Amino acid sequence: MSEQATARYTNDFLREVEKNVEEGHWVKMCMQCGVCAGSCPLGSAWAHPPQEIFMMIRAGKREEVLTSDSMWMCTSCYNCMVRCPRQLPITHIMHGLANYAHRLGLSPKGQPTQATATLFWNNLIKKGRVNELTFSLALYFKDGFVQGIKNALNMQAVGFGLMKAKRLNPMEILGGHAVKDQAGLKAMIAKAREIEDRKKGFAK
Amino acid sequence: MAKKEYAFYPGCSSQKGASASNYLTSVNAMCDKLDVTITEIPDWNCCGASIGYAEGGELPRLALSARNFALAEQHLPGKEMVATCAACWLAQREVKDRIDHNEVLLKETNEALAAAGLQYQGTTPVRHMVEVLIEDLGYDALKQPVVKPLEGIKFAGYVGCQTNRPFGIDGESFENPVYLDKLVETVGGEAVPYDQKVTCCGGALAFSEPEKSQKQIRDIVESAYDHGAEMIVTPCPLCQANVEIYQSEINKKHGTKLNMPVLYYSQLMTVAYGGTAKEAGLDGHLIRATRLEDITKK
Repeated sequence: MSEQATARYTNDFLREVEKNVEEGHWVKMCMQCGVCAGSCPLGSAWAHPPQEIFMMIRAGKREEVLTSDSMWMCTSCYNCMVRCPRQLPITHIMHGLANYAHRLGLSPKGQPTQATATLFWNNLIKKGRVNELTFSLALYFKDGFVQGIKNALNMQAVGFGLMKAKRLNPMEILGGHAVKDQAGLKAMIAKAREIEDRKKGFAK
Repeated sequence: MAKKEYAFYPGCSSQKGASASNYLTSVNAMCDKLDVTITEIPDWNCCGASIGYAEGGELPRLALSARNFALAEQHLPGKEMVATCAACWLAQREVKDRIDHNEVLLKETNEALAAAGLQYQGTTPVRHMVEVLIEDLGYDALKQPVVKPLEGIKFAGYVGCQTNRPFGIDGESFENPVYLDKLVETVGGEAVPYDQKVTCCGGALAFSEPEKSQKQIRDIVESAYDHGAEMIVTPCPLCQANVEIYQSEINKKHGTKLNMPVLYYSQLMTVAYGGTAKEAGLDGHLIRATRLEDITKK
């Protein structure tokens, strides 16, 4: 076979994924059976189901993979993972790819799960525990003030129902639950981020 | 019955005023009746849940769960960790698996923990509360305290995803786990067979992709109705919240009349063990389980 024909299968993107993406070293093990695609509850919403993503990585389609919103359709149900005949940790690889694309600034603009995930993470590391009230409000207002009011009005009945059931506390706006060792937690997260950024080439 | 003790990881949603606060209420009552002592891990933190990965990446997430293990090891040595939330349990188990089998990640995780003055030893296994019930106590022991069997009530046991996959409970099948049905029968209820037992409710995508998630929820609730269930019962706080809360949204959009209570296994057990409606957290629902409330008044 000519060098030209095989060149695209010995590309740098597969190596990049193996090195920088969580559990990325498994990608080469996929045998293209498609059980993952058929097992996904949101299967029809994926432009490229996992087995296609794996083949695209091996074919060096870096931009198509990293700008795809496919990985953002993962609900973390783990169906693909337990059914994979080669036992690839597909859920983790999809998470890893989504995170990698986001960190490189390549994930689709305004992708709702990406935006939600960022709000969620920022919320939880602020105090070490999730503040469901401020997270919900941040979510409602992520697309601007007017949309936020609309969203809040739309979910008003549910919100009041939850408050009445003591499952949503308006007083959480004042800060809410938190870990005591705030300084330690923040230092730990910063250190973990620093190590990961250095390893994966995100360090500034 | 032999007294059992565990280091307890309640998780964010179980806190006072949070979406699964009534789960914790019923777990406390259930554990009292079963003589199981759960001691809260001091200063535990969020596990990152199922969408923490996207912004948090790998190592910060590993550090979060490792911190919980380190605190349990330091303050409650020798005790197994028990989590009631499916996502908390899954995150802790995944992280333990990952760092126990990868020296580089273990070293890096401990480097991060050192910044908080902590160290992960790897001596504490993590269990889900239903594992404690089924594997440590067993169905016979769970039956003993039953004073008000839930006779004549049909439940759809909704196992969902994260207590089921990828680890599972008691080595059961991923496609048709039966532990929840058995728990229902242990407290005198009837478990109906239905085809959405392990269907995903959409998880965290209920927030970001409401249409897609609500389709999942509609399938689950409609299947429960179709098979004669009066109530749904689940071991997962996000399943509970999603499947209960969005029924009214689905009705608004699609003209359906979904109105099925969604309970925790611990609520069924508390009621069957003679607990009050308040002890069982039955006041914490948008769709009230009136037949269970009636049993508590008998």
